[in-house]
Amino acid sequence: MDLQILLLLGQDGITNGAIYALLALALVLVFAVTRVIFIPQGEFVAYGALTLASLQTGKVPGTIWLLLALGSTVAVLDGYRLLREKRFAKLPPLLIFNVGLPLLAAAGLFAMPPDQLPLWAQAVVAMLLVIPLGPMIYRVAFQPLASASVLVLLIVSIAVHVTLIGLGLLFFGAEGSRTPPFTEISFELAGAPLQGQTILVVVASALLIIGLYFFFERTIYGKALRATAMNRTGARLMGIPPALAGKLCFTLAAAIGAFSGILIAPITTIYYDSGFLIGLKGFVGAIIGGLASYPVAALGALLVGLLESYSSFYASAFKEVIVFTLIIPVLLWRSLTSKHIEEEEE
Amino acid sequence: MSKHPHLHDNEVILDVRGLRVAYGKVEALHGVDLCIRRGQIVTVIGPNGAGKTTLLAALIGLLPATGDIIYMGHPRRHADEVEALVRQGMTLVPEKRELFAEMSVEDNLILGAFDRYRTGHRDQMETMDEVFELFPRLEERRSQLAGTLSGGERQMLAMGRALMAKPKLLMLDEPSLGLAPLIIKEIFRIIAELKQTGVAILLVEQNARAALQIADYGYVLETGEVSLAGPSQELAADPRVIEAYLGLGKKH
Ligand SMILES: Nc1ncnc2c1ncn2[C@@H]1O[C@H](COP(=O)(O)OP(=O)(O)OP(=O)(O)O)[C@@H](O)[C@H]1O
Ligand SMILES: [Mg+2]
Repeated sequence: MDLQILLLLGQDGITNGAIYALLALALVLVFAVTRVIFIPQGEFVAYGALTLASLQTGKVPGTIWLLLALGSTVAVLDGYRLLREKRFAKLPPLLIFNVGLPLLAAAGLFAMPPDQLPLWAQAVVAMLLVIPLGPMIYRVAFQPLASASVLVLLIVSIAVHVTLIGLGLLFFGAEGSRTPPFTEISFELAGAPLQGQTILVVVASALLIIGLYFFFERTIYGKALRATAMNRTGARLMGIPPALAGKLCFTLAAAIGAFSGILIAPITTIYYDSGFLIGLKGFVGAIIGGLASYPVAALGALLVGLLESYSSFYASAFKEVIVFTLIIPVLLWRSLTSKHIEEEEE
Repeated sequence: MSKHPHLHDNEVILDVRGLRVAYGKVEALHGVDLCIRRGQIVTVIGPNGAGKTTLLAALIGLLPATGDIIYMGHPRRHADEVEALVRQGMTLVPEKRELFAEMSVEDNLILGAFDRYRTGHRDQMETMDEVFELFPRLEERRSQLAGTLSGGERQMLAMGRALMAKPKLLMLDEPSLGLAPLIIKEIFRIIAELKQTGVAILLVEQNARAALQIADYGYVLETGEVSLAGPSQELAADPRVIEAYLGLGKKH
């Protein structure tokens, strides 16, 4: 093994690790705020990538049907409550956001062949189609269970995951897709080629992480999310509704997922069910951070990426085994060193 | 916190009738009546386990209850959630403070104004200055993490955070709990000062002597029922209150 291969593998590892880090952050966020272990996080990655791929082949992505169906369900659920409580003023925005805009998007997709758009515009359209699924899934599947135990929430989470995978197969088919790279530039680093796409992934992930940091530290909504994670009762007493916090963090999780999907779509072939393994590796990172610490989770995810990359070279058949075995010593070490985190009670 | 120089405006802020609260099958409040007017301090005193905290939790919507609660002239629907009540100007400083421990004093205060921010009021910096005037200690510690504050400072922060919402009804659950006499004196002085701003205050206390001193009206809550009620001077002179809550030598 020479330096060149070492660097090449390192590059691969860091690229994947950056994506896992993003997903790990999303998982920590969702768990801290809503106590949901968000198994479907990876599906947002696959949906982001495959929606973009559909757009590029000039097809109308099936995502739009899911958006319409979920949006209508949300409109019915919330509309019924608003009608019963006679809060009519809130009806128009509800209908516009959950039914109007998805219908408009569907009309737009059918009217204009999406493969005519430039790549960046396709990426934006793909994000806009996938991100609203996050808060909608929260509203339909998790909000009614706000006070359920972590275990019940986990079971629902698995159900959502299985449903999304099934729909993914229906929408995108069984074949994998790979989108063209955002940039063709390539450099050379100590004799090893350095792809522009790799740099793009790392830079974009870093920017997103910095953006999230500012959101949480500097904006009142970011602070409200952290407050809900720290002290649910305290947050409610400040007038921060748990449902608002939940919707907000599911939106962020969906955005992070879709964004990651679009970033890795040119590097890896994504299938309808690829999200699970990718999400699971982010999850290993999140576990290393104890589902609580963002920096540790991000570092853990980078470690997972590197480990995966090097083990795919040395023992490719055991790649996944090695990555997931990592979790055992980490859990052992955590359970020995840290105090047990009690399940939070309402 | 604008000053209301004339306090003869004695509009009823909160009128509670026959309030019942149960934990599972065990009833903790068996029909409580209570009334607070604008600019008044009303205190609820009573022994441990009487149901004082339960009463406040039910009023702010954290616990389901039956009975009538008329707030600012409107009967409250029992389905109303905490957030809706906060928007209508109710605030609770809970017994456990419920601060955001890993956030700075300043961030805790800003979150106190979250609902005002959400409804388009962008005056939290001015409100924070008003809070700092009441609690200069908080300004000195504005970037310290809430979890590292002393007990007295934590209580000040909890009160300051509640005031950030510019409440019409401020409910305080044992603000003197676990504090040294000097700090208790300061906290009570500030509560009396707040009264001058026109906010209605519902003060739950075990420190009956101090509470009755600053309150206009008082209730004695015992095992989930109001056993005595009256203007606070009358209560302070009532032999039953003196014996049970103000007993000589039982200095607070
Ligand atoms: N979550 C709960 N589940 C069951 N019972 C409860 C719960 N919270 C309080 N109780 C019971 O309700 C009764 C009233 O409690 P509450 O906390 O309201 O008393 P309190 O007057 O505030 O007492 P203290 O002065 O000690 O704070 C007590 O008997 C208590 O054990
Ligand atoms: Mg109490």
